[in-house]
Amino acid sequence: MTTIHNATNLRITNYSEVSLWDKLLPAILIALTFTLIFSTLAFAQSPTPTDDDVNKIAKQLYCPVCESTPLDVCPTEACRQWREVIRTMLADGKSEAEIKQHFVTQYGVRVLNVPPNPWANYLVPGVAILLGTLMLVRGFQLWKRPLVAESASAGSKREAQPIQQDEYIQKMEEELRKRK
Amino acid sequence: MIADFGFGVLVVSFLVALYSVLAAIYGEVKKSAALVESARRAMLLTWPLLTLTAGILIYLLVNNHFEVQFVYEVTSRSMPTYLKVTAWWGGQAGSLLFWSWLMSAFASLVTLRKWDRDREFLPWVIVVACVTMAFFIGMNVFFENPFAQLYQTFDGINAFTFQPADSILFTPPDGRGLNPLLRHPGMVIHPPMLYLGFVSFVIPYAFAMAALITGRTDDRWIRITRRWTLWAWLFLTFGLVLGGRWAYDVLGWGGYWGWDPVEIAAFMPWLTGTAFLHSVMIQEKRGMLKHWNMLLIILTYSLVIFGTFLTRSGVLSSVHAFAQSAIGPLFFTFIGLTLITSIALIFYRWSALKSETQMTSLLSREALFLLNNLLFMSILVVCFWGVIYPLISELFTGQKVTVGPPFYERATGPLWAALLFLMGIAPLSAWGHSTVKTLGRAIWKPAFGAIIITIALYMYYTHNIYAIIGFFLVALVLLVTLYEYWRGAYARQRNQGENIFVAFWNLTGRNRRRYGGYIIHLSIMLMAIGILGIELFQTETQGTVSAGNSIDIAGYTVQYKEVATWDDAPKGVSYTRAVVDIYKNGIYLGELHPRKDYYFDSQQNMTIPGNRSTMKDDLYVLLVDWQPISSEGATFKIYVNPLVNWLWMGSLLFMVGIVIAALPDKDPEHVVVREGKRLPQTSAAD
Repeated sequence: MTTIHNATNLRITNYSEVSLWDKLLPAILIALTFTLIFSTLAFAQSPTPTDDDVNKIAKQLYCPVCESTPLDVCPTEACRQWREVIRTMLADGKSEAEIKQHFVTQYGVRVLNVPPNPWANYLVPGVAILLGTLMLVRGFQLWKRPLVAESASAGSKREAQPIQQDEYIQKMEEELRKRK
Repeated sequence: MIADFGFGVLVVSFLVALYSVLAAIYGEVKKSAALVESARRAMLLTWPLLTLTAGILIYLLVNNHFEVQFVYEVTSRSMPTYLKVTAWWGGQAGSLLFWSWLMSAFASLVTLRKWDRDREFLPWVIVVACVTMAFFIGMNVFFENPFAQLYQTFDGINAFTFQPADSILFTPPDGRGLNPLLRHPGMVIHPPMLYLGFVSFVIPYAFAMAALITGRTDDRWIRITRRWTLWAWLFLTFGLVLGGRWAYDVLGWGGYWGWDPVEIAAFMPWLTGTAFLHSVMIQEKRGMLKHWNMLLIILTYSLVIFGTFLTRSGVLSSVHAFAQSAIGPLFFTFIGLTLITSIALIFYRWSALKSETQMTSLLSREALFLLNNLLFMSILVVCFWGVIYPLISELFTGQKVTVGPPFYERATGPLWAALLFLMGIAPLSAWGHSTVKTLGRAIWKPAFGAIIITIALYMYYTHNIYAIIGFFLVALVLLVTLYEYWRGAYARQRNQGENIFVAFWNLTGRNRRRYGGYIIHLSIMLMAIGILGIELFQTETQGTVSAGNSIDIAGYTVQYKEVATWDDAPKGVSYTRAVVDIYKNGIYLGELHPRKDYYFDSQQNMTIPGNRSTMKDDLYVLLVDWQPISSEGATFKIYVNPLVNWLWMGSLLFMVGIVIAALPDKDPEHVVVREGKRLPQTSAAD
């Protein structure tokens, strides 16, 4: 039954005239209202972050005092408080990036376990390794050229040595094959 | 009074070391054998002198002489005697003295060898060893006096070497006590092992310098120092492994290696030392890479000093701390001077260090060893850059940054994989010449086996691509090494009529260097299994539970029973111990007792995990926090570390391998073989 109240006139409807739509509309409105209320409440109060949620972010941070100890495992009181800050921020709906930025703003980039612009960090060792590789390739090319005359005599003496050393294995293999 | 006496002996040690340097140089220049002999005896004298100095310091430590600043800083009345002794290397001044004492012991040992065939090296070995020793003793004498005493003056209480005017000696009632993290048995042995490794690498360097100075640039210096280098490598490796185990047991972060700058400082000389150990074989066998070997041992020496500098100068905290520290700039200068002088000597002898033979094949053993060197040096570059980048950043931009594990893991991962691959093929290549055909013929059986193992792992264990690549390489190296071992033993069994086990034993005994090396390769594979397990499959969780409730992780159930706290007043420790029951898939496995120890004197906590260890995995439980009984309960952090025990087992085998490789070979035995047609060589003994 639907009743519509108006300040100026009051109309009492006949039950037989009520359509199906009129019957359903209030139920739909009530359902929508409750859905709206509960979903808003749920959105405002996201689930309590677990320790694992906190540690996932804490693992990527270092406090400036406890050198070389990641925040997720640091036992000091200061680091415990930092973890609580992360928990609170997660509960407030802050993202991982926002939380990390918060700590960077407060304490500087040293709190991050990876320096800002990390690819620049790879550049120097990358170039050094590349240079080393090029030097090695060049070295191989040079070594494969004929040796200078003065070192030839020493070389012939040298080359005899490994063959003597390898002979032991050669003979073992030879013996093995013959006995098969 | 006794502290003053200790300082006096320290000063005398310094003067004796200096005398040794001057007498050796002057004796060599004037060709005076008597002066060189005098220098040698002076070097021998440094060890008893420094032993006396150390004995005095230990006496002060053990007898609670808190008027001595160093004793006050590292001990307390509640510490047991053995910890008071080991507190010797628990602080800056003591550890520098410890370094000098070990250096003097090694220098004395080296002088006791027979010098008949290498007399020309002696003065220069004395010079290098004693310059290094004098530098470290000088640090103690002038900047970090372990015998400095506390005096009350008008300005307050300060430490002085000599009593200032209008002052009285101040004796605190108790000391601050050793950092609790350093009270673990692993930490008691870890620093001496590292220092032994550091110090013993000075000896090959000293011989290298002697070879350069005298112009005797053949491989004699390498042959003399091969075993020194192996022992140095053993100590350094043992030190690193103990450090890892200590971290696992005490630091409470579920791992063994955190890419901490201090760890890397010890790791860098290990990298160059390992490259050197491989590279010298090329010089011995082929007369090549003489410049490179010199450079490697120079780098190793410099990195040894650099490692000590990094940990002792305060530079890691801040470049400003370094600038303010007295010893930082001195260390820096010393490293610079020794490096420049050493490299200048290489250039001076450049032509004498030319290779005697040429590289004939890119697949020869020497070529693959060279590639191995490139990879080790690449890892070194990554590590070095990771350590100094924060310093450079702070110096030039004023901004401190942290280079954490992700950088090292990403940058070195492919390099380690390439090294594993090389370990798989290098033992099959021959010195001088190898071809794809000979290598292929030697490797196909182990490679086939490795593929089968990898497929099985893919089907039944993991689909992780990194793990699959890693396990394939591990299987390849394991099978290649075992195959090579088996071929040798089988040949011996047939040839000598020995039981296969006896054949294995004798094979190793007759060629210790080669088969010691193989055991080392096998052990590295076991370690690699452990590393792959913990790095790729570690799982962790943290939760707070009340008594009777449990946390589940990777098939395990950890059920919290109770927590208790009690004080041990004589030891100055308060213990908090939780009791948890462990179940695996519903089956009861036993109890674990994670705990937290609080040390009153140093006001520091130590987290001791409860650990259930099997070859399959470790269940590693940490007590993070707890509340009174009526409240919520306790917070636990739990790790499951798969395969990590393989790492420790591999480490032990590694030591065995080094000892075997370092021991002298038994007398070579004549192998009776029939002469016949020679087969193409597929493998090579080293």
